[in-house]
Amino acid sequence: MNTAAVPLKAPASMPHQESPAHSPPAKAAPLLEVREVSRRFVKRLDLIERLAARLGADLHEQTVHAVDRVSFTVQAGEVVGLVGESGCGKSTLGRVIAGLHPPSDGEVLLEGRPIQLRAGQRPVVQMIFQDPFASLNPRMRVGDAIAQAPLAHGLIERGESEAYVARMLQQVGLAPEMARRYPHQFSGGQRARIGIARALAVQPRFLVCDEAVAALDVSIQAQVINLLMDLRRELGLTLLFISHDLGVIRHVCDRVVVMYLGRVVESGPIESLYNTPQHPYTQALLAEVPRLDRRGQRYQPIRGEIPSPLAPPTGCHFHPRCPQASARCSSEVPFLRDLPGAGVRAACHLLEPSA
Amino acid sequence: MSPWARFRADFAASRLALFGLIVLTLILVVALIAPWIAPQNPYDLGKLDLMDARLPPGSAAMDGGLVYRLGTDGQGRDMVSAILYGLRVSLLVGAASGLIAMVIGGGLGIVAAYLGGRFEQVLMRIVDIQLGFPAILVALILIATLGKGVDKVIIALITVQWAYYARTARSAALSERNKEYMDAARGLGLGRASIVLRHLLPNALPPLIVVGTVQIAHAIALEATLSFLGLGLPTTEPSLGLLISNGYEFMLSGKYWISVYPGIALLLTILSINLVGDQLRDVLNPRLAK
Amino acid sequence: MSAPLLQVQGLVTEFGTRDGAVRAVNGVSFDLAEGEVLGLVGESGSGKSVTGFSILGLIDPPGRIAAGSIRFEGRELVGAPPEALRRLRGHRIAMIFQDPMMTLNPVLRVDTQMVEAILAHERIPRAQALERCAEALHRVGIASPGERLAQYPHQFSGGMRQRVAIAIALLNRPSLIIADEPTTALDVTVQGQILYEMQQLVRDAGTALIWITHDLAVVAGLAERIAVMYAGRVVEQGSVDAVLDAPLHPYTRGLLDSVPANNPPGIALRQIPGMTPALAQLPPGCAFAPRCSQAAADCSREPAVQRIGAREVRCIRPLQVTAPAAHSSGEARP
Repeated sequence: MNTAAVPLKAPASMPHQESPAHSPPAKAAPLLEVREVSRRFVKRLDLIERLAARLGADLHEQTVHAVDRVSFTVQAGEVVGLVGESGCGKSTLGRVIAGLHPPSDGEVLLEGRPIQLRAGQRPVVQMIFQDPFASLNPRMRVGDAIAQAPLAHGLIERGESEAYVARMLQQVGLAPEMARRYPHQFSGGQRARIGIARALAVQPRFLVCDEAVAALDVSIQAQVINLLMDLRRELGLTLLFISHDLGVIRHVCDRVVVMYLGRVVESGPIESLYNTPQHPYTQALLAEVPRLDRRGQRYQPIRGEIPSPLAPPTGCHFHPRCPQASARCSSEVPFLRDLPGAGVRAACHLLEPSA
Repeated sequence: MSPWARFRADFAASRLALFGLIVLTLILVVALIAPWIAPQNPYDLGKLDLMDARLPPGSAAMDGGLVYRLGTDGQGRDMVSAILYGLRVSLLVGAASGLIAMVIGGGLGIVAAYLGGRFEQVLMRIVDIQLGFPAILVALILIATLGKGVDKVIIALITVQWAYYARTARSAALSERNKEYMDAARGLGLGRASIVLRHLLPNALPPLIVVGTVQIAHAIALEATLSFLGLGLPTTEPSLGLLISNGYEFMLSGKYWISVYPGIALLLTILSINLVGDQLRDVLNPRLAK
Repeated sequence: MSAPLLQVQGLVTEFGTRDGAVRAVNGVSFDLAEGEVLGLVGESGSGKSVTGFSILGLIDPPGRIAAGSIRFEGRELVGAPPEALRRLRGHRIAMIFQDPMMTLNPVLRVDTQMVEAILAHERIPRAQALERCAEALHRVGIASPGERLAQYPHQFSGGMRQRVAIAIALLNRPSLIIADEPTTALDVTVQGQILYEMQQLVRDAGTALIWITHDLAVVAGLAERIAVMYAGRVVEQGSVDAVLDAPLHPYTRGLLDSVPANNPPGIALRQIPGMTPALAQLPPGCAFAPRCSQAAADCSREPAVQRIGAREVRCIRPLQVTAPAAHSSGEARP
């Protein structure tokens, strides 16, 4: 199936293996824009703790900078991957983009307008969740779960709901009769599909897939990934694909953003990231991923552990574990800069052109 | 299988619980049709014959009419009838207070869990304070203030019980609220009332139902205690507790049936409710874990 | 050739459910030599974890080992008295679980737990036991073991806890370690560190390792032999290179084909149609037949195990051993 032959509704087409020279689309206005978004979680002291602190106890408000001044854009029709490990903030960022958390700073714009999730208002961004068990209401029939929001927002009339649900289910490869069943009567892969149907039922402009296939078996994962890719083509969807699985990311995404402890460390087109990673963290990450073709692998782990988000290192967050760190790295925060090469950006002092 | 069919199958897995359910159903049915099956109306003072007082079980009436299968009490009432009518009052008071307390307490608890913040904190502190007092003490104080009467007893029992429901409902709702389907519901732009009613409530309900069944048993027992102490229900509408109390003075003179039979009826009622409630809890809980 | 360290023959483990007995493990056989690393691979419901638990005798009612034999160091484990099994566990055979909190007691200090694990099998002075603990923590790459010993599990990160669990497994120098998805829940970098340490440890101590996982890539880097499980049976076994480069069973082929890394980007992944069957409702004969592209009428009869050289496959029509496809060798990916 050569996807380049199928016309997409969106202006940009996916660069892939067959046309490596295809450069990112010229500056059409992006569909989604994340501008200097930060999200902090503050653990406030309660009454007793405040008293204790006043009396001299060593108690402070703790702030976690889950997402720290992240910016990137997504063109219509693109699939952008968001990659990182625990504590990198990708899930939090995904939730901010979906409107589930307001950003502490910065803004998220869809077609130029800030995304705001309001009760009673039709959402423009939808999220597909990781856990196919927990993300469906166990006491609601799946047909009702799919139809509830479109009905509430006036997308369909009550009389049409059955037909609409049937169409949604068929779109994700499930039989319409299944609408009467409850979630526990389905397998993990089927529930993942129901979650997708529910999200698509409100006809969103943008989808955030938060580890949407991570909890599935390998063979089912392939089915659901294929489904997402088919739907993307048929419906002209734009996706933010959050995952820790670099193999999946490489397969589905056009561009990828790598995060570490709340900040973006590198971003760029998929193949350049995999073939020529620029940032030391990206390099180490790719080197460490177990690969089918590496037998008797000699693992070369990065030293140290991911620091706690409550006490991140100063300067560049990665410097304690970076094999190439310099003095500047521990004191100065590197900014995301464009690098030579189409669309690649990285945040590393060592990559700056010598001053 | 629909959840209902599965639920029935799981429940029936325990013979003891089935037994409890059968007994409970019998008790409910009997209490419901009491006016039609009771040999006499024990509240009709005109019909009572003092000559028939304190007759042992099995004796016939002085005028040769009724056979008093379980004997008579101090005023010549047929024990069978008294027990049947007493069951009605006990169940009514227990069930009514339990259900109303469930609605009020459960509703407050669920809303508190959903809204969080000040409302939740204040409510939970009130609940904590209330639960710090022994139920019987609170009930006694209220009865003393409000006076006797069925409605006043029900109010007192509601006041005593709502806190249990509120606490259970809040913790159940809290654990549900952190689940992904709640995020999904919010992400779909659904209205807040819709989220609480269609998503949060049905999933927070099972533990509430379990607490409910056991609490109703407690309420019945509490009311019996109050009546035994002479507070609460008036003698014109005796509950089982009052019957036990009335018969207490006769225990030492060997006229056990006036207290013991109502006592057995009370025991069976509470026991069967507890058996059903226990099994409900076991059946509903593993599903919650899913 | 010395006798294998572990010999599993025809293992059947059943669980009693309301609808009858379900065979989570349905006739599994494999051998493990001393110091060998075996990857036991399968998806959910394949029975791989239950196999591991069965070897250790950790199957509780309503489950039971219904048939088969497990010979460890020449001794039969199936039907052995509980006391004999208890002596083996933690001493000659150790287990590492997916969730380190299944090994670690949250309310006890780490040194308490580790010393307890030693003293359960040996009578040595406490001070000497503590020294062994510190040394074990050091071997798994935990810095300042002396301080760490005095801490509680919640003061460790997820990766550290798993390392402590590994250290506990190694304390009594077992000859076999069974690891059930120990790195599945961990980040890539932490996984890399733990795999690195496991490799070292196994090499230095000559411990045999059964690594249970669904992740073929991990097994590719770590193991020498692979056994692939589906619906309670081993459908294929052989050396890692042989199985991954030239799979004989259609399921293994399908699994390898569906891995994103084995598919060109932007194009639909090759997928295995259908779903894993419910163990209570297996079709007669080959459990994979409903999803197999080359299934035929004779697949409704139970396929016997065929031996092809050093490999085994449970299929009436094993795939031809073709030249390895270009994408799966080391060249295509830098």
